[in-house]
Amino acid sequence: MRIRWIEAPAALIGGVLLMVSAIAEVAALDGKALIEERCAACHDLTGPAPATFEGLLKRKAPDLFYAGSKFKRSWLVGWLRNPTPIRPSGVMFLNHIVVEGGKDRIAADTLKTCQANLDREEAEAAADHLMTLVDASMKTGVIDPAKKFSTPKGRRLFTKQLPCIACHTAKFGKRTMGGISGPDLTKAGKRLNPDWVYARIADPQYWDPMTWMPKIEMSHRKRELLTLLIGSME
Amino acid sequence: MKRSDIALWAAALILAPTLWPSAGRAGTAADDYQNYCAQCHGTMGTGQGINETAGGLSVSPRSHINAEEMSKLSDEDLRLGIAEGGDALQKSGLMPPWGKTLSSENIDELVIYLRKLCKCVGKQ
Repeated sequence: MRIRWIEAPAALIGGVLLMVSAIAEVAALDGKALIEERCAACHDLTGPAPATFEGLLKRKAPDLFYAGSKFKRSWLVGWLRNPTPIRPSGVMFLNHIVVEGGKDRIAADTLKTCQANLDREEAEAAADHLMTLVDASMKTGVIDPAKKFSTPKGRRLFTKQLPCIACHTAKFGKRTMGGISGPDLTKAGKRLNPDWVYARIADPQYWDPMTWMPKIEMSHRKRELLTLLIGSME
Repeated sequence: MKRSDIALWAAALILAPTLWPSAGRAGTAADDYQNYCAQCHGTMGTGQGINETAGGLSVSPRSHINAEEMSKLSDEDLRLGIAEGGDALQKSGLMPPWGKTLSSENIDELVIYLRKLCKCVGKQ
């Protein structure tokens, strides 16, 4: 009889735990379904990237089919909950230009901010799925983010020896400077996987055949320095 | 002025057989100019692209419709500048080298396009 008295509560607790576990499983959000439902209308989740000028003009939002290679999960979760603009000229600058007196400018009222605004649980599930969308051929572990580097040398490379500053906004100390046709890099260190930054600089057209970022040959050391500098922009 | 207006202006300006945007063809000189050059040199070639008007450039891009300035450069200078960047012409390094992005044929066509924009011939 004693054994039965002990067994009964144990069985009851076990049963409750099983039920809780089953309910949790049912309630767990399906990040893949969420992304497909909320994001696929604007973002390409499967690739390939546009290979024609016409296709480039039609792109509504950045490609996400290699999001897991490109982004840091922690940034994704935060951004999906509160999206903020990253590209000051939109996903394709030509779609937002007005010309006045021969001068081009971006018509700010034509820029659209992502309306995801997911709650915490949704953002976690969506980020989990996005992190599975990787480019299998990208080398990982190439960049050691903790590696020490010379900020002045990196800055000189970014602003003088290479034309990065012409298209990207960057922040050096308290000074924000640079062009706007490329993504804003002022907080790129929080957003981007350093290995992807390195790979993107090496061959921009591999990721986006029609990108207006030039492919520029440079040594591993210079590319690594640029990557570390961009990674330090937080 | 909207993008469609820009295309009409450009077509009227250069009287070229290529129209921007083209119908699904990548790589025409007009498309390439808009995609790669206009961000700094402007959609109409005035040197007033968005990177310049936003105050992002420490050296102003060349105006491609300035016949006087453009005629000081030979076609070979233009080819070199596009392929190897401003440094190759002792000009601003903010002008990137496009030789690993565009083919030599693309660059040759861009040189012809630039001559139509400036309505000028290059230094011989």
